[in-house]
Amino acid sequence: MTAPLNLPCPISPDDGPVVLLGHGGGGLLSQRLLQQVILPALGTTDGVLLDAATLKTEGGELAFSTDGHVVRPLEFPGGDIGSLAVFGTVNDLAMLGATPLALSLGLILEEGLPLSTLSRLLRSAAAAADRCGVSVVTGDTKVVEKGKADGLFMTTAGIGRIPAGVSIGPRAIRSGDVILVSGDLGRHGVAILAAREELGFSTSLASDLAPLHGSVQALLAAGLDLHALRDLTRGGLAAALHELCRDAGLGALVHEAEVPVHGAVASACELLGLDPFTMASEGRFVLMLPEAQAQEALKLLRRWQSGAAIIGRIGGEALLLETSLGVRRPLELGRGELLPRIC
Amino acid sequence: MSGSPPHRQRQEVQRLLDALHTETRRSWTLMEVCGGQTHAILRHGLDQLIPPQLELIHGPGCPVCVTAAETIDRALALAARPEVILCTYGDMLRVPGTGPSHLLEARANGADVRVITAPLDVLAVARSHPGRQVVFFAVGFETTAPATALLAHQAWSGGAQNLSLLVSHVRVPPAMEAILTAPECRVQGFLAAGHVCAVMGRTEYEPIAAQHRRPIVITGFEPLDLLEGMLRAVRQLERGEARVEDAYPRAGAGVGNASARALITKVFTRCDQHWRGLGMLPGSGLRLRPPYDALDAARRFPSAARPDTDTDTDTDTDTEGCISGLVLQGLARPDACPRFGRGCSPERPLGAPMVSAEGACAAYWRYRERT
Ligand code: SF4
Repeated sequence: MTAPLNLPCPISPDDGPVVLLGHGGGGLLSQRLLQQVILPALGTTDGVLLDAATLKTEGGELAFSTDGHVVRPLEFPGGDIGSLAVFGTVNDLAMLGATPLALSLGLILEEGLPLSTLSRLLRSAAAAADRCGVSVVTGDTKVVEKGKADGLFMTTAGIGRIPAGVSIGPRAIRSGDVILVSGDLGRHGVAILAAREELGFSTSLASDLAPLHGSVQALLAAGLDLHALRDLTRGGLAAALHELCRDAGLGALVHEAEVPVHGAVASACELLGLDPFTMASEGRFVLMLPEAQAQEALKLLRRWQSGAAIIGRIGGEALLLETSLGVRRPLELGRGELLPRIC
Repeated sequence: MSGSPPHRQRQEVQRLLDALHTETRRSWTLMEVCGGQTHAILRHGLDQLIPPQLELIHGPGCPVCVTAAETIDRALALAARPEVILCTYGDMLRVPGTGPSHLLEARANGADVRVITAPLDVLAVARSHPGRQVVFFAVGFETTAPATALLAHQAWSGGAQNLSLLVSHVRVPPAMEAILTAPECRVQGFLAAGHVCAVMGRTEYEPIAAQHRRPIVITGFEPLDLLEGMLRAVRQLERGEARVEDAYPRAGAGVGNASARALITKVFTRCDQHWRGLGMLPGSGLRLRPPYDALDAARRFPSAARPDTDTDTDTDTDTEGCISGLVLQGLARPDACPRFGRGCSPERPLGAPMVSAEGACAAYWRYRERT
């Protein structure tokens, strides 16, 4: 992979001296923050800090993950911050092929949050954990002054067990691998934008928020050789593919016409000047595996989501998109915060 | 799988491409006026599918990137005041002023900057914050001007005490005139932006087409719309015609929207306006006319916001190596710029066309492979 990640300038002159909202958007700014500030400061030198890590123990391999959740509004069509916090961490574990074992839940509460809201959100988190067959075994609660938090922030961490012989990650990606997505893109991002009144548009779409470990376990049970998995959260498909390709040191070709996008997501994006490829999903992932197994994987994935599709193939040096008119161009990474444009 | 049935669309695209290839017999240059068109052309790769004799030149038409740097400075100064809530469109937030800072950074530093998609939303912000001063930073072509005018009218007639406007609307026809009268102009025909014409109609374009002998075809923003527009422009050029033609009838672009125009005339008067990259263009701006000028942010905050007409400097084109003036006039392609990708990128733009996502340099940055 070449540009856009090898920009000559370090973060300070490009991005200014302070953290911007866009640094959390999953795009170029997020990647630079991680690579130029966070990883060096933590002394992590190989440049890879996956959403979940593998820990070798005597009893086998464990997956370990943590995630902070700051969604606004707290409740949105298709879910809320409670279910999001649980599924988000379960999904990070699932992307390593792991079965979730236990979760922790940290709460930062803002003074003034109605207790009825808090217990509703916690019941939702508990129901989500139940659905994933996992328990919340430890936690922490802090309260901050009014104005210091958006009602409530949640942090979850999770541990999962990786079955023997399973080793999923960007380094397993090979040239010729087929790329699949597990369903249509961007419903979560559009549902959240619509739920924020300031954008003044509405949609009947609900978030795609869902746990993913079930479908991953089915793929593994079928004996498929999963090379890499990545859930399509912040930054969407574009960010996931950029990261996976960069870490694999390979390019890819994606066919725009094959990428599933619901009509309502497409038209909301057109209206707001946003790109469905960079919109977040909370219940979708991208999968890379050998070509010979692609059809079987597709058949299995479609049991969960009818929109699952084969969208491209690994190969070459650059990450390219073939447009629906047959022209090839770079697949662009979103830049950061989603800003609807004027015309 | 994005809305319309892709197979049918692709067949239609092929039919138009075939016609373009057979009917383009000589070399022609067409300018698409609007950044939205440039963006669509590069995004879908249309420029790589049309006949090589047909050259597309990218116009200045991105209202965000032509907003004068000094106007952004004024917005930044207003946003920095603790009593002010500054509301504007999302893509204004990344545009730097005369220095490197932009509204996103101001917001990160504590300024209350809010993204709106419809100007009337500003009224609601003002109502729910009676103790604050709400300023709407209004930019855009004739497309967004009626909504700004409506806001101004409602705010004025409702006697809103805490709402004012920093207006930087621009008009397209004076920019087309400026491009055509430049001595080096290579533009032989225009693809005019359908959404502008959906408000303004075609009448302002008739004298330009007649006087300069250039066909002007009104188009939409989908691949089929743009190819249809190119085909009609080429047909005119091949026959030696120079008319205004509407290839976007579904938007009512031929007649426009009379009540929107009336609203613009009621609230605004034309003024000379400085365009980032193009300089001062006579009659190309809109400013509030009495009594609505009582809502002018320059009046409410004299120290932070003076009217645009005071400015005739051109700070951005001074940046070393940036050829944005040439790019905006269609005299050079972004990839011909020595700074393209070498010190100039959307994260750190040196000139207007890299500033907003719809500027021509930014479109090449996003959709073309960089060497
Ligand atoms: S690429 Fe940058 S430096 Fe070159 S003309 Fe465009 S804006 Fe100016």
